[in-house]
This record gives sequence, C-alpha cells and structure tokens, in this order.
Amino acid sequence: MSLRVKEHVILGEDRADEMVEITVDGQKMKAKKGEMILAALLANGIIINRYTVKRKEPRGLFCGIGQCTDCAMVVDGKPNVRTCITPVKEGMVIETQHGTGKRGDKE
Amino acid sequence: MIKKEVVVIGGGPSGLAAAIEAAQRGAEVLVVDSNLKAGGQLFKQIHKFFGSSAHRSGTRGIDIGTELLEEAEKYGVEIWLNSVAIGLFQEKKIAVERGLDVEDKKLEIIEAEKIVIASGASENAVRFKGWTLPGVMGAGAAQTMINVNRVLPGERILMIGSGNVGLIVSYQLMQAGADVVALVEAAPKIGGYGVHASKITRAGVPIYTKHTVIEARGDKRVEEAVICELDEKWQPVAGTEKTLKVDTIAIAAGLKPLVELAVMHGCECIFDPLLGGWVPLHDKNMESTYPGIYVVGDIAGIEEANTALEEGKLAGIAIAEALDYISSEEAKKLKDETWERLKGLRMGPFGEKRMLAKEQLLAAAEAAKGSAEEHQIAASAGA
Repeated sequence: MSLRVKEHVILGEDRADEMVEITVDGQKMKAKKGEMILAALLANGIIINRYTVKRKEPRGLFCGIGQCTDCAMVVDGKPNVRTCITPVKEGMVIETQHGTGKRGDKE
Repeated sequence: MIKKEVVVIGGGPSGLAAAIEAAQRGAEVLVVDSNLKAGGQLFKQIHKFFGSSAHRSGTRGIDIGTELLEEAEKYGVEIWLNSVAIGLFQEKKIAVERGLDVEDKKLEIIEAEKIVIASGASENAVRFKGWTLPGVMGAGAAQTMINVNRVLPGERILMIGSGNVGLIVSYQLMQAGADVVALVEAAPKIGGYGVHASKITRAGVPIYTKHTVIEARGDKRVEEAVICELDEKWQPVAGTEKTLKVDTIAIAAGLKPLVELAVMHGCECIFDPLLGGWVPLHDKNMESTYPGIYVVGDIAGIEEANTALEEGKLAGIAIAEALDYISSEEAKKLKDETWERLKGLRMGPFGEKRMLAKEQLLAAAEAAKGSAEEHQIAASAGA
C-alpha cells in the first residue's frame, strides 16, 4: 500500500503531481515538488533519519514541526537539517545522519 | 538593528489575530514565524470547530487559517517566514534567525515598541521502554503528516491519550486510510468530548481506559506495542499485558507552553497544571508582568484555537490603545466584547476549569503588579 493520501474525504484529491528526483543514501527516488524531505522519505518507505551519537540508535519522525530535531539528516553535505520542515529540491542529495553528521561520525 | 513598532512572535491563530487587530487600527506590525507558511497548526485542523457562530464554529481550522492570512495581507501585516525568534532580551530586543536549515542563515536583531509572544506549545512525551524507536511520535506529528503532507506515518496505529487531540487525530488517521488499532487512556474516563469519542467507537476502535503503553518493540522500528491495565495508583497490573501489532504509536498526552522567550525577558511565570505547566502571568490586556510584552494563545495557558484567537485580539486592541491608535473608550468596548466571547468559550465542564485557572492567573498578575509598584514607591522613597 502506498502511504500517500491521494484521495481524502475532506481535502479532496491530491492534485500535486509534479515530481522531482532526489538521491537518498545513493538511491534515486521520486518526491512531490516542494514537499518536505521527511514526507518524501515516508512515502518511499524510509522511516529512519539518523542514528544517535553514543548508542547509535535509530531515530525518526517525532514532532513533525521542527521542534525536536529527531529527523535531522545530511542534505547536500550539510548535517543537522531538519527534514520535516525542509522542502525537497530537484537533484537534492540526502544521507542518513550518523551522530553529529561530521566526518568520522560513522556507523 | 531594525526598529519596528509591533513585533508578533509566532503566526498561529493568536499571533495573527493580534497582528490583524493592531494593524487594522494603524500600527506597523511584523510577524516572525518559524514555518514555511504562517497559520500555526490551523492548517492541519481539518475538522469543524465548536462554539457559537460568533466564534466561527462550524468552520474548519484550515479555512480559518486562510481567512486570517487574507486579513493579515489586507491590513498590511509584514510576515517573515522561516524566521525563528531565538532570543528576547532587554530592552524589548528580539534575535531572529532567518533561513532554512539548508541555507546560510542570517541573524537579525529587532527592537520593538510592543512585543506579542505567541510562541504556542510543544507536545508532551510519554516515556516507556522503546519510546525512542522510529514509529513512536506525537499525535500532532501524525496529524501533520496526513493532513498537511498527505502521507501516512504508518498503517496500524496505537493512540495514547483520549483528550480531544487523541480522539480527533485518531478519526483523521482513519479518514486518511490508516487502521487505528486501539486507543489507550490512563484515566478511568475518556478525556475529550463524547461526540469525538463516539465517532471512533462507532468505527469499531476499542478505547481502553485505565490502560497505558508499557513497551514498544521492534528492530529499528515499531512492530509491536505492549499495553496493560493500571490500578487505582496508576501502577501496571501484572498479568494484564496485551500485545498489539502496530507500526505507529502516537502520543496525545497534552501540550506544554513554550515560555522560554518570556522567561528570557524576565516575565514572571506561575506553575499551573491546568494550563499546561509554567505560564507567564498576564493581565486582562494579555500584558505580561513586563510592560509592553504581551502573551497570547497556548503560551498563556493551553486552550483551543478559538480562545487563542480571542486572546490575540485582546492584545492587538490593547496595543492599538497603548500606541494611541484608538481611544480608551473604543478600546474598552472592543475588549469587553472580546471578554464576553471568551467567557462563552470557557463554559462547560472543560471550559470552566480553565476559566477558574485563568482567573487565578489574572489575580496573581494583579498581585505581582501591586508588589512591583510598592517596590518602586519604596525605592523612590529611599532615594
């Protein structure tokens, strides 16, 4: 089942059909133009955004409005980007963040 | 440094209402908002609001949001998006960080004659074994995903908490196509309105009162949730555990006012669980204990979007009066009308408790003002 909500009893049909291509951990995938990175990942079945510094535990969507930073990822080389409030762009390169996202902080 | 007459921090219902009210009477108003679009959480409220017609009941939150943005534009309210107020310091200076996380951010310092803090609230978490697993999230987060981003956070949901947020979001998750497996509530009774509860029970979703979640299990994501019954002392009853196959646990355990900015500027706060925790004191103009700084909406006590709108109006009118855009007679009339509407909204078993809590807060603010004045008199007498 696709996780996208295409038809909705109150909001109607989702007419946004213009797509862009993004790369996530080396894999190319489609995203709706202008949607939040996190939403595009959810729609593509990805729910882990980062791994914590010390225990290397997975983290994903928690607040959805930019408050908690659990969904931070490395975007176009920049770490700590809150993907729930950052829209996708054509050609964006997104990587799962390990620790603080700095070089050396690897799995 | 930029100088502005009125700066509103937060473009949700209360902040926009304050901005519109002040701007339509002639004040120069800037709203700083951390999001890509102003309107706060209104754009995920796809249900109709309660109250009388004077409170725009029967209107969906999304439509109220659109109306507010149109009015703000009509009255020339300036709105900075992607702009986070990261500091508030004396004398009424606001540090604002502008830009998306992927951009180079810019810091601006604004000095304002009047400041309205409409920073809103954050969702409370519930801690249990496995609560950090991906798939455990705030109910508001789930609601944002389905109603704003139009993507499901998961397919099988366990909702924690039966206040109005828990009930409404459960129903909206079903509207979006998810399967709500169950709803658990630690208290012996359902917390929210019966009308919302019946919508989901009619759809066959079990509501377990006197229950809580004790564990989320799964390999790198939620695959199961363990719930159990609670005794009179809120302790788990051994042997009552049930395992549910879910991929999402949504937590609707109330909200907490975002008071940090008010505290930074020395606004006095009190702790009141009925209002969500620490809240800044304010008078009937919504002015905090620091002159010229107003607090409206969830920061001034967790309530509904409709009360937030009225509180915002009060601050906007009071500011227009303080800046001499309207006479005190006109201001009094407008404020009295707004207070009448607020009273109407704070009725019923849920509203009355909040009304009482708000009255205590107003009294505390009066007392604080009194002691500050005495302090000043004593100080000047000493000099």
